[in-house]
Amino acid sequence: MNAGAILTSLVDGLLIGVVYGIAAMGLNLIWGVMRVINLAHGALISLGMFGVYLLFSGLGLNPYLALVLVALMGLLMGILIYAIAITRVINAPYLSTLLATFSINMIVIGLGTAAFTTTPRDTGFSLGNVEVGPLTLQGTRLIAALVTLIVTAILYTFLYRTRTGKYIRAVSNNRSAAELMGIPSSRILALSFGIGTMLAAIAGGLIATFFSFTILSGDVYQQKSFIIGVLGGLGNPLGALVGGLILGVLEGVLPLAMPNTWVPVIEFVLFILILLVKPSGLLGGKK
Amino acid sequence: MKRSLLNVLALLVVLSLALAACGSPAPTEAPAAEAPAAAEPEAPAAEEAPAAAEKTAVVGFTASLTGKLNVESTRQNNGFNLWMEQVNAAGGIKLADGTMVKFASKFYDDESNKDRVQELYTKLVTEDNADFLISPYSSGLADASAVIAEQYGKIMVTTGAASDSTYQKGYTLVYQAYTPASAYLTGSADLLASLDANAKKIAIIHENDKFSTDVASALEAYALEKGYEIVLNEGYDSGTTDFAPIINKIPADVDAVMGGGHFADGQQFAKSLFDKGVKTKFISLLVAPPEPTFAEIGDAALGIVGPSQWEPLAAFTPDYGPTGAEFIEAYKAAYGEEPSYHAAGGYAAGLILQKGIETAGSLDAEAVKAALDGVDMMTFFGKIKFDTSAENHGLQIGHSMVYIQWQKDAGGALIKQVVWPAEGKTAESVYPIR
Repeated sequence: MNAGAILTSLVDGLLIGVVYGIAAMGLNLIWGVMRVINLAHGALISLGMFGVYLLFSGLGLNPYLALVLVALMGLLMGILIYAIAITRVINAPYLSTLLATFSINMIVIGLGTAAFTTTPRDTGFSLGNVEVGPLTLQGTRLIAALVTLIVTAILYTFLYRTRTGKYIRAVSNNRSAAELMGIPSSRILALSFGIGTMLAAIAGGLIATFFSFTILSGDVYQQKSFIIGVLGGLGNPLGALVGGLILGVLEGVLPLAMPNTWVPVIEFVLFILILLVKPSGLLGGKK
Repeated sequence: MKRSLLNVLALLVVLSLALAACGSPAPTEAPAAEAPAAAEPEAPAAEEAPAAAEKTAVVGFTASLTGKLNVESTRQNNGFNLWMEQVNAAGGIKLADGTMVKFASKFYDDESNKDRVQELYTKLVTEDNADFLISPYSSGLADASAVIAEQYGKIMVTTGAASDSTYQKGYTLVYQAYTPASAYLTGSADLLASLDANAKKIAIIHENDKFSTDVASALEAYALEKGYEIVLNEGYDSGTTDFAPIINKIPADVDAVMGGGHFADGQQFAKSLFDKGVKTKFISLLVAPPEPTFAEIGDAALGIVGPSQWEPLAAFTPDYGPTGAEFIEAYKAAYGEEPSYHAAGGYAAGLILQKGIETAGSLDAEAVKAALDGVDMMTFFGKIKFDTSAENHGLQIGHSMVYIQWQKDAGGALIKQVVWPAEGKTAESVYPIR
């Protein structure tokens, strides 16, 4: 094993890690603000994939322009889902919201399977490769990492520099107190769910630029999002990014030393260890 | 306590009997084209006495009219029916004593369900008096049916079933039409050898399921025997999408990458190999490349080789049965679509039976068995020859996978060409591909 291979694996891991990060961020935000485990997250990621695929292959739109539209649709869809399915059970025990989001998941997957079947789709989009020394970097993955970083920066500015962002953090900290201060909590919750869904859609859209996918593909990223959430700290969006990077690097580098099928074993051992040793996650829980 | 347990057991027995009763009397039956008229073959037709005597041989099988195997099974069925119609239309097969044999099929819906298969094949043999049997589609169902054929001493031609293990159970009357799974990629090693005597380093990267792992193990053994060096043999989980970590393990001086698994992973793997700029001269992957939608990945598909049981393109020159073009034309006329390899396999099963009966000159199972043991023919489907050793009796050893390669036509569009075996090829291989 040479240094070149290790470097390549490391960079590949980081590039996929940021995308894991943005996928987990949406899940994390929703959990942090409203204590809802969104089991529809994977299905919404898949919808993001199909959104970009259809706009690109059907209408010939540039995938990154398509991504903006997909993000907007994700936001609206999230608010719609909240208004229809979540708002009624938001104060019920966790199991109710879990089942509500699971139902959304089944509906989306059922409709998606009927409309698109489970034959793999591929955008066939390519930006070519960039060669840097021993590294061959895929253009689409570089852009995906860049987009993720920009989105994360915008999310942070929004949460910490705007009034609405402040409301979200307030509702997240103590909903009753926020309501007493006159913050329209149900509108803020709807918006938060919308933003979480938007992040899922963006993650899906970015993944679609370099991987083939089906309506079921989002599930993998949902599972990873749970590990990442625990790793980085549930409810902490920046923690999600860090957790994603850690997971990406592990997945990139570990296979050099062992059969790749061992990687999930290591990942889940790590998951249990974090739960045992630092249950609030590496960067601490929600802030 | 004991009493209630007994009650539950009794209830279960009654229920299962009721279910069985519901299941059997109303099987989905094919409108057998000419079964009743010829049902009493021994009775001499008084009016037309001087003409040659006629017999009807019943060929029994199950088809997956419902369930997950429906599409492939239906095509296989169509192929077989086309053969039967053609043979009957030509007057049947002449036996040694001058009797003309025509065929009638008898089939039931197995619901793509292994449990139904054994029950229905038993019924085909004992109640419907089938003379010969054809297997259902898929290795699993065929394996379940083969034991019944053997038990009742009936010749069975299996088609749509590639697994090797069925023929390692000591059966003597079961014959395989498809190339066995163990030989899916060995032809790639032969093709590579024919292209470049200096190519020695192969990386095998395959899905972890049983089928792909078996194919990969067989490939590894074969390649080592041929003097290749296996520089990497790595499995990946079904559903893998990120192949970068695995591709990073491929040594830079690799000559060929082989393996894959099924469609989704195979397509993604091919794409990742391209995106990662892997400098390999040859790539051969299971299952995915022959599918038309494989071309969705664009230039990443270029040069990729993949095995298929049969391709409409394949230009074999048969010494028995119709040519590929004749088969395709007849199939299109009958069913309005291009035949898939499933359909070709169904037709080939009929051809194998026909050859056996013609050579034997009889419908007797022992005589047909002896004839099939000696079959060595070239059909539009490829070569057909069976292993006659005690360990692997009936295993297909003549038929080779047809290897397609994605190439570019004059206009720059991606098209499939058959590049191996040499007798069936439609174009020279593109080599090295990158």
